[in-house]
Amino acid sequence: MTLKDIAFKNLMRRKGKAAFVLAGLLIGVATVVTIISFVDAMTNDINHKLEKYGANILIVPRTDNLTLTYGGLSLGGVSFEMQEIRQTDLAGIHSIKNARNIAALGPMVLGGIQVKGNRVLLAGVDFKAAGILKPWWKVRGGSPGEQDVLLGAEAARILGLGVGQPITINKHTLNISGVLEPTGSQDDQLVFARLETVQVLLNKEDKVSMVEVAALCTACPIEDMVRQISEVLPAAKVMAIQQVVKGRMETLSQFKKFSYGISGLVVLIGGLVVLVTLMGSVRERTEEIGIFRAIGFRKRHVMRIVFLEVGIVSSLAGVFGYFIGIGCAYVGLRLFSESPAPVIPIDIEMACGAVLLAIVVGLISSAYPAFMASRLDPNEALRSL
Amino acid sequence: MSYIIAENLLKEYGNGNSTVAAISDISFKIDSGEFVGIMGESGAGKSTLLSIMGAMNSPTSGRYMVDDIDVYTLHQEQQADFRREFLGFVFQSFRLISYLTVLENVMLPMTTVKTRRKQKQDRAKQALASVGLNGKIHRLPNQISGGEKERVAIARAIVNEPPVLLADEPTGNLDTKTTHEVMRLLQILNQEGMTIILVTHSAECAEYTQRILNLCDGRLVGENKPEKKPTGQGLKAISEIIAA
Repeated sequence: MTLKDIAFKNLMRRKGKAAFVLAGLLIGVATVVTIISFVDAMTNDINHKLEKYGANILIVPRTDNLTLTYGGLSLGGVSFEMQEIRQTDLAGIHSIKNARNIAALGPMVLGGIQVKGNRVLLAGVDFKAAGILKPWWKVRGGSPGEQDVLLGAEAARILGLGVGQPITINKHTLNISGVLEPTGSQDDQLVFARLETVQVLLNKEDKVSMVEVAALCTACPIEDMVRQISEVLPAAKVMAIQQVVKGRMETLSQFKKFSYGISGLVVLIGGLVVLVTLMGSVRERTEEIGIFRAIGFRKRHVMRIVFLEVGIVSSLAGVFGYFIGIGCAYVGLRLFSESPAPVIPIDIEMACGAVLLAIVVGLISSAYPAFMASRLDPNEALRSL
Repeated sequence: MSYIIAENLLKEYGNGNSTVAAISDISFKIDSGEFVGIMGESGAGKSTLLSIMGAMNSPTSGRYMVDDIDVYTLHQEQQADFRREFLGFVFQSFRLISYLTVLENVMLPMTTVKTRRKQKQDRAKQALASVGLNGKIHRLPNQISGGEKERVAIARAIVNEPPVLLADEPTGNLDTKTTHEVMRLLQILNQEGMTIILVTHSAECAEYTQRILNLCDGRLVGENKPEKKPTGQGLKAISEIIAA
């Protein structure tokens, strides 16, 4: 006969009460597991979606001058020269520590040209990378080949050109393969062509004016990547597009905070269920505890019986709560995620955390009832019946 | 040197003007191996005195010593150890744990003692055998009779072989035949050297004791010897009687 036997047998006798405590903890743990799994899966999902919305790191040539443009308005009269980035140097970006987090690298060369008497900005881009960096692009016509250009919607309107028509740039005649649908951005004003084509047209072989980078930064701080790229491109200025990054992070952070707040509340309610149930249980067991104390059980023995009972129930609640939580998260993802077959892997760390959470909440909630039980005066306990 | 010494025990309940003395000015001595009865009407203070003697109810004043230990100078947890080591309790209405078997109920006082399970079981079985309950050790308390419950309660009280056994109206819920069986069992235990203090209001039960302390309105009003004293016939004999 040990204290464990007493605890176990009492649980078996009071199955209803034990089930109530189990339910309280189980709901709490399952909710936490559901929310954490759901939030993690949704975060990944949202991150992947957000990454489709363009670059979050910009690499530009280093300059000591300040630009005098704001919101598309330029204050004329100020011009500045800057050294462009060498395209061959960009290979170093693929060797940085977080290289695998780079989703797309979009070098761009820019230069002013004259078309039908209008000054137009010609941009040479990597159209493959542009597919990732500018997913909102919709092209009327086809993607440009070596001797083709793509016109922005405003550029096409102002120049009075359309798909299939020729365009002369620096005495080279090229074909307009497509026109961009209006994007509401600066892209509407530009003429795009392949990077190599523009480098030749502008006499800027092996030079790029800027580089856009889309980084998958779920597992890395964007600042780390900025630092790593700066190290391999010392002549360039590398900056995170803070607005995009912070916007993403804040959205996710608020979503997480809200979810964890709800989890905390449910755990608190679970704890209160345990507390109230155990207080009732201690009152019901006054005689029994009185007998234990009368025959020589110390206070800590009585407390240990209560803690053992709660520990057994809490462990079960942790294990079952984890699996129920995973199940609920899966159902939630099926309902709310666009992913056709969401996968929630069995996470041993989270499973252990769930069991630990259940035990900690159980023990904290049972501390007061256990203390009350241990303080029962054996004489009063036996006389009160 | 007496084994149990009570000096000027006073126990008051309430406070201020509403103080009521359950017992007052109680002094007595009990030698080791004595079988002492405490008698009195309802409300005379018998149970209060027994709870003080059981290290469960601190007196308002006075001194209570067992084997030279001043019991109420001990810390609460030490009092619990004292109860386990020195005292066996037989409560009114058995007070068995309903979800534990007969054997487990008897093993209960050894729960906190660091001994092998097998050894605890053997001792519990031995205690049950000594009260004539060999065959029903795996039954629950609600599956045995009142007399058997009382014997389980006695077995639980003696399993740790305490020097003192305190019995509070142990036969209150039993018929005459079973009452005598239980009383003879206590007598045998006493003859084997156990000091027994029996609280009762039954003159019949008091006959089994060697000395009676009479309480009235919380005071010790006298002491006398029972008129006739049945003699025990040894543990084996009583087991045979009960078995029959």
